[in-house]
Amino acid sequence: MSDAAARRPRRSGLGLPTRHMVAGALFVLLAALPFIATAIGDPFLVVVFTRILVFAIAALSLDLILGYGALVSFGHAAYIGLGAYCVGILSRHGVTDLGVHLAAAIGLSAIFATVTGAIALRTRGVYFIMITLAFGQMAYFFFVSFAAYGGDDGMSLAQRSTVFGSDLLRDSTTLFYLTLAILVGFYVVASALVGSRFGRVISGTRENALRMQAIGFRPFRYQLVAFVIAGCMAAVAGVLLANQAMFVSPAYMSWHRSGELIVMVILGGIGTLIGGVVGAFVVLLLEEWLAVFTTHWRMGLGIVLILVVFFSPGGVSGLVQRLFGGNR
Amino acid sequence: MTPLLSVEKLHKAFGALKVTDDISLDARAGELHAIIGPNGAGKTTLVAQLSGQLHPDGGRILYDGQDITALDMAGRVQLGLARSFQITSVLPGFTVLENVALAVQARSGSSFRFFRSAAAEAGLNEPALDFLRQVGLEARTEVLARNLSHGEQRQLEIAVALATEPRLLLLDEPFAGTGRQDGAVLLSLLESLKRRLTIVLIEHDMHAVFRLADRVSVLVYGRIIATGTPADVRANPEVRAAYLGEEEAGVGA
Repeated sequence: MSDAAARRPRRSGLGLPTRHMVAGALFVLLAALPFIATAIGDPFLVVVFTRILVFAIAALSLDLILGYGALVSFGHAAYIGLGAYCVGILSRHGVTDLGVHLAAAIGLSAIFATVTGAIALRTRGVYFIMITLAFGQMAYFFFVSFAAYGGDDGMSLAQRSTVFGSDLLRDSTTLFYLTLAILVGFYVVASALVGSRFGRVISGTRENALRMQAIGFRPFRYQLVAFVIAGCMAAVAGVLLANQAMFVSPAYMSWHRSGELIVMVILGGIGTLIGGVVGAFVVLLLEEWLAVFTTHWRMGLGIVLILVVFFSPGGVSGLVQRLFGGNR
Repeated sequence: MTPLLSVEKLHKAFGALKVTDDISLDARAGELHAIIGPNGAGKTTLVAQLSGQLHPDGGRILYDGQDITALDMAGRVQLGLARSFQITSVLPGFTVLENVALAVQARSGSSFRFFRSAAAEAGLNEPALDFLRQVGLEARTEVLARNLSHGEQRQLEIAVALATEPRLLLLDEPFAGTGRQDGAVLLSLLESLKRRLTIVLIEHDMHAVFRLADRVSVLVYGRIIATGTPADVRANPEVRAAYLGEEEAGVGA
């Protein structure tokens, strides 16, 4: 039996132990980033990387349903926007506490995800994509026309969220570490989730929904719960994004953003959790660097995406495994 | 004695085509009732209605005295009515053990458990291993289901059905596509299940059916044209005309 376990073939992407090691190494490196930034005299790096970590959280949450459940949500950015607007609107009315912002963001997106998910999950494949896109765009246009809160132009925040009355987060490094801690926490939670009984039902349904019914499961309710969990995680990313940018805009929830999140997951390695994180790094760093040379930086991104899809279907993290031998 | 499963005047049509035409049949507890029929007789449509995948246009399905006509597939499985699929339908990216463990999970406790590792749950793996022993796949537990041979996938399919702890097993053409050797393994497996479970066996392969069945029903163009012991059915002239003659003259199963 132990011999058989040793020969056990892995699923796509990184095998579990290697994957966790890569994630751990990445997180440790990130924890050192503010020191590196100070050492090389580029404190702005911390700001850049906070933004990357925020999108890493959103991509991680999308991978939970996209990679493990094959639920291609094309409206995932809506949750980032909902989270960001909770910060913007509550702060405008004098409620600046981070705890309240997070609770409102999670509560609101749980409701939005439950309602839209219950409808979208009645469909499959391309129809699911279209319905999630439609709901995402509805949320987008709702805030575009919401003139009281800036409408199309968005709204600036007077200050960042407060933590028990203190303005801790005014320091960019503190915000960076808060974002990193949330990312690590979500990674740990999501990793446990995909290996749990619940996670097995989600991946089993991805493999063969009819088979799941034939062994006595009704997959819908499990998929809906996964959809809600992913939405709430993305909303937390939205709360952090509003704080990082000190600005909230409907542009956060446009379908371009949703598409970009899908690109991050595919580029990084679908169904690996760390893949979404890696993908966020690749996409946003490419944006950061290529944009210096050309306004057509997206073409460069397109070429990278095509190369990855053709030559490394496991994404960047799959490539890392092949280069370093993985855990065969 | 009331039968475990009884089907009353079942109707299903796709447009003008009556695929299930006034079918009534039953399965008594502990018997193996085979339903045979040539291709296009409506066998798979009948299984789909018995298992809850398709809803009939008319008629009733009673299981253990309870009307289950409106119940969905998952609900029927929870009552103890499991099925296998004609086209092998396992979870290809799951290991053999995981395939069965998931079926064990379906009937043991809540699946809204988010943190504990399912792979480490002895309460899932041990019963799963037990079912794999029954079908003779215990040496293949860690192989991905997609890498099994066709015959092994059929064995896995039955292990998964057994893991739902059914009282009634609906087998949809388990011998389809199996070679001589795989077929022999499957045949002795089904023989070992006989009496332990009530089995409704939908099959094209005559040879296996006549060896296993207590009763045989013959389905032709959506209608049951005969029901009886294998010997009765074999001797029935209408059946010979509709089915057996063609079979003996043709492929010679």
